[in-house]
Amino acid sequence: MIETRQLSKRYGDLVAVDGISFTVEPGQVLGFLGPNGAGKSTTMKMIAGFLAPTSGSASVCGFDVEKQPLEARRMLGYLPEGAPSYGEMTVLEFLQFIADVRGLKGETRERRIDDVIGRLHLERVVEQPIDTLSKGFKRRVGIAQAIVHDPKVLILDEPTDGLDPNQKHEVRSLINDMARDKTIIVSTHILEEVHAVCDRAVIIAAGKVLADARPAELEARSRYHQAVSLTAVDVAAAREALARVPDVASIEVDPQDGRITAFPKPGRAIFNEVGDVLKAQNIAVRELALEGGRLDEVFRTITTRAATAAQEART
Amino acid sequence: MSGVSTLFKRELRSYFATPVAYVFIVIFLVLSGAFTFYLGGFYESGQADLRPFFTFHPWLYLFLVPAVSMRMWAEERKSGTIELLLTLPVTTWQAVLGKFLAAWAFIGIALALTFPIWLTVNYLGSPDNGVIFASYLGSLLMAGAFLAIGSCLSACTRNQVVAFILTVVACFLLLLAGFPLVLDAVRAFAPQGVVDAIASLSFLTHFAAISKGVIDLRDLLYFLLMIGFWLYASALVIEMKKAD
Repeated sequence: MIETRQLSKRYGDLVAVDGISFTVEPGQVLGFLGPNGAGKSTTMKMIAGFLAPTSGSASVCGFDVEKQPLEARRMLGYLPEGAPSYGEMTVLEFLQFIADVRGLKGETRERRIDDVIGRLHLERVVEQPIDTLSKGFKRRVGIAQAIVHDPKVLILDEPTDGLDPNQKHEVRSLINDMARDKTIIVSTHILEEVHAVCDRAVIIAAGKVLADARPAELEARSRYHQAVSLTAVDVAAAREALARVPDVASIEVDPQDGRITAFPKPGRAIFNEVGDVLKAQNIAVRELALEGGRLDEVFRTITTRAATAAQEART
Repeated sequence: MSGVSTLFKRELRSYFATPVAYVFIVIFLVLSGAFTFYLGGFYESGQADLRPFFTFHPWLYLFLVPAVSMRMWAEERKSGTIELLLTLPVTTWQAVLGKFLAAWAFIGIALALTFPIWLTVNYLGSPDNGVIFASYLGSLLMAGAFLAIGSCLSACTRNQVVAFILTVVACFLLLLAGFPLVLDAVRAFAPQGVVDAIASLSFLTHFAAISKGVIDLRDLLYFLLMIGFWLYASALVIEMKKAD
């Protein structure tokens, strides 16, 4: 379990993190989203016990990160931003070192190291110095060291950065596998990732929490939520037909590929009506889809609104 | 304590995983030999002792020890591994101690590898091996004090070159603390008591005392306190400016 209470970090006049409070329960994967410089990494560094908060507090499994730092750190696996590691060590030496510092011994130590090497597919490179590895391997070594002691709480700062699509998929399924009994925070700015791994998303900008909801709830805030998009042979006719559906609020046509999107009035569903109208008018449609909502659009709306509000407050 | 020993092992190994260790050891052995025979007049003195060998140690350390200590923390900062290290279940103090002891052991190894000169002098005559042992001890303690200073200054910056230069300057001032170069500058504004205090901080004076073969508790304490003070300062600096 992770709990933060009014967690803040100030550097002189600059407020990096401004009173962030949340609780993450075991079995939950919290996705931490925000523009660059929003305070994601700073918040994670404070929970991991690297930076001391200016005010407020954070605790890991009930241990305050400032008052009982060693107990809190034992519970925690942490992948710092950029996945730093000792480049002159081989992958195996590095994992053994982390296992030793984490107090793993004997058979457990061997078993855990073998386990993470297998899980992150590092078998081919165990004897190579980390400096000689590709970015993707370095990132996976970073994840391996974070989970080698099978921690209850896991904080991963951009775990899939620098991975190719296959590796991203693997890391996401790894996180999903571990999610059952662990408390996990993942920061990312890849929004599709939120869907793939998180059951809760916290959006922060300028150090403040702007949204805290399930990914599906966030998507429901999108204006694309429940919208219907289609590509028709005769764009003009299709557009005219859609305009006659009473619950359609507005229609947009993509100037590039001619894709038409019809937006419903708030709280209305238009998918069936649209289908009926098109059939009745005999309009040929190549494809018809119901939109779930677009996270990137919600993300942009929320974070830019905050930015303008901050701008206004300053002037 | 297991934290310290794990960090110690990792650090010591990392010296030998890079060319640093070999370059350092070779240069240390070559220079200490060359100084002994050419500048020290080992043969010309006609005496079976290692005075000409140990006389140059402070000056060798002045440049070689900062080269070892400069990476201690500056590199951790630069590569970001400091964040990894200090979020592991070890205290800052354990990390400082582990790193320092590893560097000290490394220099101890280099120092131990000068044993052929000890064999030589025993072959040529019958030296006072007690004095030689005391000198080795003094040399090792002095190296430790240099390293502790280097640890603290390395913790101040993420740039190894800056760490190196700062350490050389600090060590140079402490080496010469008993000499007019430093004392005259202090005497200009400080009372005699301060001048005497600074004079008594000189590395050279304490090292010379030990290498005469007299292991005085005060000289031992001086070096140990020096090491303790600078390591404590290292831990403080790291705590204060973790994020930079």
